[in-house]
Amino acid sequence: MRGDLVGSMVEVDDVAVAFRDGRSTTTVLDGLSLHVERDEVVCLLGPSGCGKSTLLRCLAGLRAPDRGEVRLRGEPVRGVPDGLGVVFQDYGRSLLPWSTVARNVEFGLAADLDRSTRRARTEEALEAVGLADAAGRRPGQLSGGMQQRVAIARALARRPDLLLMDEPFASVDALTRADLEDLLVRVRREYAMTVVLVTHDIDESIYLADRVVVLSPRPAAVVADLAVGLPRERDQIATRESEVFVHLRAQAAELLRSGLSRSGAHHGHPGVGERGERGPVVGVGDDPGDGVQREHLER
Amino acid sequence: MEPRVGGGLVTRPLVRWGVFALVVVVWELVARAAGSAFFPPPTAIAQVGWRTWFSGPAVLTEAAWADVVPSVLRVVVGWGLSAVIGIAVGLLLGRSRRAGEYLAPLLAFARALPPPVLIPVFVILFAAGTPMQLAVIVFGTVWPVLLNTADGARGVDPVTMDTAEVYRVTGFRRLRRVILPAAAPRIVAGLRVSLSLALILMVVSELMASTSGLGHQLVVAQRGFDFPAMWAAIVLLGVVGYALNAALLGVERRALGRSTG
Repeated sequence: MRGDLVGSMVEVDDVAVAFRDGRSTTTVLDGLSLHVERDEVVCLLGPSGCGKSTLLRCLAGLRAPDRGEVRLRGEPVRGVPDGLGVVFQDYGRSLLPWSTVARNVEFGLAADLDRSTRRARTEEALEAVGLADAAGRRPGQLSGGMQQRVAIARALARRPDLLLMDEPFASVDALTRADLEDLLVRVRREYAMTVVLVTHDIDESIYLADRVVVLSPRPAAVVADLAVGLPRERDQIATRESEVFVHLRAQAAELLRSGLSRSGAHHGHPGVGERGERGPVVGVGDDPGDGVQREHLER
Repeated sequence: MEPRVGGGLVTRPLVRWGVFALVVVVWELVARAAGSAFFPPPTAIAQVGWRTWFSGPAVLTEAAWADVVPSVLRVVVGWGLSAVIGIAVGLLLGRSRRAGEYLAPLLAFARALPPPVLIPVFVILFAAGTPMQLAVIVFGTVWPVLLNTADGARGVDPVTMDTAEVYRVTGFRRLRRVILPAAAPRIVAGLRVSLSLALILMVVSELMASTSGLGHQLVVAQRGFDFPAMWAAIVLLGVVGYALNAALLGVERRALGRSTG
């Protein structure tokens, strides 16, 4: 590992978040602690509704925790921190449908950059995600996978050292998903970013991560911290067939299941094989079709 | 391109205007046959209108400058003021939850007030004339723009707003890149309603208290039993309304067309 990249990037220290809705209070996070090293790819794996997206919002400075502290590069997070790229699940709602692809990517750049730098960065980022030809088109004219590439390019144009992704590939079909996963592996290397990715897909978390943090149902707590002992070069077929991968998948599934059963029946069931298109995947309580429906929403 | 079925797409506008022309012709024949002084035939109306307004040295006659131009200006200026005020205040109300909640009942009441009832008030405040008419038009037309803009600004997708926040797009840049485009369809819908209202209020205020404008001309003709001139004023009002609406539709297609593609 390169010397200058060692050190802590994200520290989550005893964070608690509760949502109040009228008289009822829902505790989403209750004393969660987490540590992400610089240059690491960490997947937060947990069942739907466990609070992992809320955790990501805390990292992004979109929400202040009710208790505890989030630190980025040693500094406490107050408001949106510097050097951050964020990719949301719903590209259809995160991209600006009225702006061209290039303008959408440029949207991610700091306002004080000069025009030529903006253009160069935009082109470079679109090149990196393989969408150089689509600069003049509008998000609505692109497929879901291409739209998510635009969202990734927008994050990359900022040249972030930390990329946060909230179920980024949950709304695209299986083939596109594999494509985007490999794209992420590649750009992470090219841009030397730390990545924190939230997912409920076991296979995806292992395929992408250096480390998988398994979370329990709400309120989310760290159930296990699995180091993925795979080489950084990943391959959709070979990696997924490797003994390490298969073993880790079984381990993660077991951990998730134990977390679910511990928390009682009312938290839903481990919906086995919900993502049937990806083979023997042990999925966990998915919100069915959510992103897919929104994909068709026009604004 | 898809094959045309029976040439329907091509002939449709032609057919539509054909029906229009047919109605005019029938009206002409009926009016001639009836020979009523109250209902002159369209040709007579057109003749009077042409002679009164469009036979001047530079097309427009002096009467046109006295009748038509003030009316159109009142509509356009009054509506324009409403647009500026309505969009500005609407954005504020839409993006500030507190302001929106405090002012909602007041707005609901103000909007429910039929705008012509304020004409007597504005006559006292401004005396009969253009300022009074502008006040009536602005007061009557600002609400649809304001309320629609507020709704549109309030309805910006939270994920879109999060994205703007994360990428530090704030202040005026956020307004221009995110909130205004997101609210644009609603704003335009409000503007369209306001334009029709502005036309109505222009005429009503000119009928009630004015010394110039098409509405005033209409009343003068009616009182002088000059029925062709009265009808000509009515027809010209229709034409002005149609032209303004068509102009707005054209602008709208250009502005929103970019965002729907």
